[in-house]
Amino acid sequence: MSTEQAAKTAARPGGGEMQQKRKLPPEANIFLVLIGIALFFELLGWIFVGQSFLMNQQRLTVMILQVAVIGIIAVGVTQVIITGGVDLSSGSVVGVTAMMAASLAQTSDFARAVYPSLTDMPVIVPVAVGLLVGLIAGLINGSLIAFTGIPPFIATLGMMVAARGVAKWYTRGQPVSMLSDNYAAIGSNLDVGGISVPVPVIIFLVVALIFHIALRYTRYGKFTYAIGANVQAARVSGINVGRHLIKVYAIAGLLSGLAGVVLSARAISGQAGMGVAYELDAIAAAVIGGTSLAGGVGRITGTVIGTIILGVMTSGFTFLRIDAYYQEIVKGVIIVAAVIIDQHRQRKRRKA
Amino acid sequence: MSSAASASAVQNSTAAATPEYLLQVEGVRKEFPGVVALDNVSFRLKAGTVHALMGENGAGKSTLMKIIAGIYHPDSGSFQLRGKDIRLTSPLDALENGIAMIHQELNLMPFMTVAENIWIRREPKNALGLVDHAALRRKTAALFEKLNIKIDPEIEVRDLSVANRQMVEIAKAVSYESDVLIMDEPTSALTEREVSHLFEIIRDLRAQGKGIVYITHKMNELFEIADEFSVFRDGRYIGTHPARDVTRDDIIRMMVGREITQMFPKEVVPIGDVRMAVKNLTLKGVFHDVSFEVRSGEILGVAGLVGSGRSNVAETIFGVTPATSGEIWINGEKVTIDRPSTAMRHGMAFLTEDRKETGCFLMLDVLENMQIAIINRGYVKAGFVAEGDVMRDCNVMKDALRVKTPDMHERVENLSGGNQQKVLIGRWLLTKPKILILDEPTRGIDVGAKAEIHKLITRLAGDGVAVIMISSEMPEVLGMSDRIMVMHEGRVTGFLDRAEADQVKIMELAAH
Repeated sequence: MSTEQAAKTAARPGGGEMQQKRKLPPEANIFLVLIGIALFFELLGWIFVGQSFLMNQQRLTVMILQVAVIGIIAVGVTQVIITGGVDLSSGSVVGVTAMMAASLAQTSDFARAVYPSLTDMPVIVPVAVGLLVGLIAGLINGSLIAFTGIPPFIATLGMMVAARGVAKWYTRGQPVSMLSDNYAAIGSNLDVGGISVPVPVIIFLVVALIFHIALRYTRYGKFTYAIGANVQAARVSGINVGRHLIKVYAIAGLLSGLAGVVLSARAISGQAGMGVAYELDAIAAAVIGGTSLAGGVGRITGTVIGTIILGVMTSGFTFLRIDAYYQEIVKGVIIVAAVIIDQHRQRKRRKA
Repeated sequence: MSSAASASAVQNSTAAATPEYLLQVEGVRKEFPGVVALDNVSFRLKAGTVHALMGENGAGKSTLMKIIAGIYHPDSGSFQLRGKDIRLTSPLDALENGIAMIHQELNLMPFMTVAENIWIRREPKNALGLVDHAALRRKTAALFEKLNIKIDPEIEVRDLSVANRQMVEIAKAVSYESDVLIMDEPTSALTEREVSHLFEIIRDLRAQGKGIVYITHKMNELFEIADEFSVFRDGRYIGTHPARDVTRDDIIRMMVGREITQMFPKEVVPIGDVRMAVKNLTLKGVFHDVSFEVRSGEILGVAGLVGSGRSNVAETIFGVTPATSGEIWINGEKVTIDRPSTAMRHGMAFLTEDRKETGCFLMLDVLENMQIAIINRGYVKAGFVAEGDVMRDCNVMKDALRVKTPDMHERVENLSGGNQQKVLIGRWLLTKPKILILDEPTRGIDVGAKAEIHKLITRLAGDGVAVIMISSEMPEVLGMSDRIMVMHEGRVTGFLDRAEADQVKIMELAAH
């Protein structure tokens, strides 16, 4: 159509954004759940422990710190799930990168270093290697899915098993210890305006912010949602679906690599068993935060809230000195309940 | 010819013999949101006859058969089986009452054996209550023996050819020993030899006193196998006649005999140079040697029955399923189109046939649906999508197309079919196409929106866009096209100029 005609019609009064109504963002519900859970523990705290659950800066910090690594993974996993896929390999990739990064962060005063000639490296080296290893794992995942057409579940299941094998093979199961102080600093605290904030928490929030913006305001994000919403329509709209999926899985791998670096720096060691089952916590965080496993729906803000809910629950149970076994039972219930509530809400909105 | 008069004569003469009808349906009405699929339709099937159903796409044949097979429930009307009133609640209910249907789309489970597929839900059991595989094999072998089918009952269905799967479907339907057997275009996947085998089976069933309903588009089949036929048009019953009394022309006239009452805003616009030429385009096993050209300002209508390969040609030109051989020339240059983004770079846009399957992102909003094809084109600044620019241009398009939506952030699944279609048209018009391929642009949308879309297509042609419009609606093809290309079974059977084209000529080329 010619633009004049279009402009003429557009000039009609009444058309346009007259009736923009204010809608609550989709995260509002889950945010209320978070507040609810926090207040629940606050109340129980006063009753059973005799102190406040929330009015404790150190506890609040730990609350987020213990889920920061899960959160970094969950940011990548959220993007994968939005495309309609899944990434089961994140936990194993954390294990591999923790080992490999740590092996390049050892100090020379340790006699049994993995690479005796590569000790006392500048901190950038182990970090870069960790990120690279994660990126490669993600590229393999994405390429398998794009070029062979196998389901993401299978491709990443294979990577999950194989990467864990690599992590164990790398040092024949021996932990990697005696890491440099500079490397360990990635896992310690930083003074931000008089408050001591753990670096992993800062990394988590920065990563979340970056990908929140990427998903909402860049072409990368628009294509990610489009593929998840209707892969056929995306293809017909001119999107190179295979190439885009490789990008998304590569980013998820990169973030798992980052999580591995952060985890090994915080533990000041690398262990082949690091990150076991983290992929499931990450998927849980995304799903609690409103990401639909069917694809096309999900936001990083929701995932951040979902991650924090997991953290609050863990802290809360510890605070109330409740047995770890019960924690897992309740966590399972919360995951399922969150999805049931979310689906119910979706259905109601569709009817409206 | 006096088709109406003879139709009522047949009705009157047979109305007295009511108890003789195996199945009798009277005054059936069925509405779907926005469409009346069947309006006061009658159908009477005698025992021991083959009764063909004829009509264009969308005439209501399949809807009627789905009501008889218990899949749909009629809004009103009576339904008698062997002279007794009955109300079918489900396909299972229909089966238990002796009505079996062979569907156009195959419904077999690929990873189960032929025998398991045929006797599903009716598996013979042994003393322990487990499936008795020996008996299953015996029963299948006996059934195949009777029908003269030579397929191994133990083979998995996924290893069968489409034709053999169809034979298994037929055997399965026969195995229910139903009195009424409905076949919806059963020969579309069969070769000639298998067709004659099928006809033997049908003749045998007829001799046993079964009533067979046979939906087909093929005239020669009608003359070969049918005793009677009923014609439907636009959801209405036109008439029932003995098959031996009529000619091919009579039937075509009965099928298409409507007046073109809708006005089409077709304007004569100057037709320019050849924008796209397609030479001997082939997608192996789907369509062959398709050649045509379309000029700037021209609307090329593409007619043909469902399954004639029309949509496949469009998908191939646009790179969704790249061609196995043949050439595509755009503006005099030979191009290779391997994916949709290449086609878009050459100025093409493609509104697909299935709005829900390949068009809309139902869970995303209006803006997200409209912008997707253009954000690759200059709307990205410093890595960020220029939301303001996209919003402005999409808004202009939304208003120009008069999309009725509360705002740009409404989910597309909450819009009506017509408005969803407008959103998709908007998506493609934003790319400023030079060649616009429209596959069923007005399917399933209301009359008002239809007229607006027709006006828009005319205006685009006036602006010099070359338009290829695939449509199953005769009035639309006749009313909008400068030229009409007709396809049948994967081949182009002819071109008709606007002046010479009429429904009968198109149907002759389409049914071939």
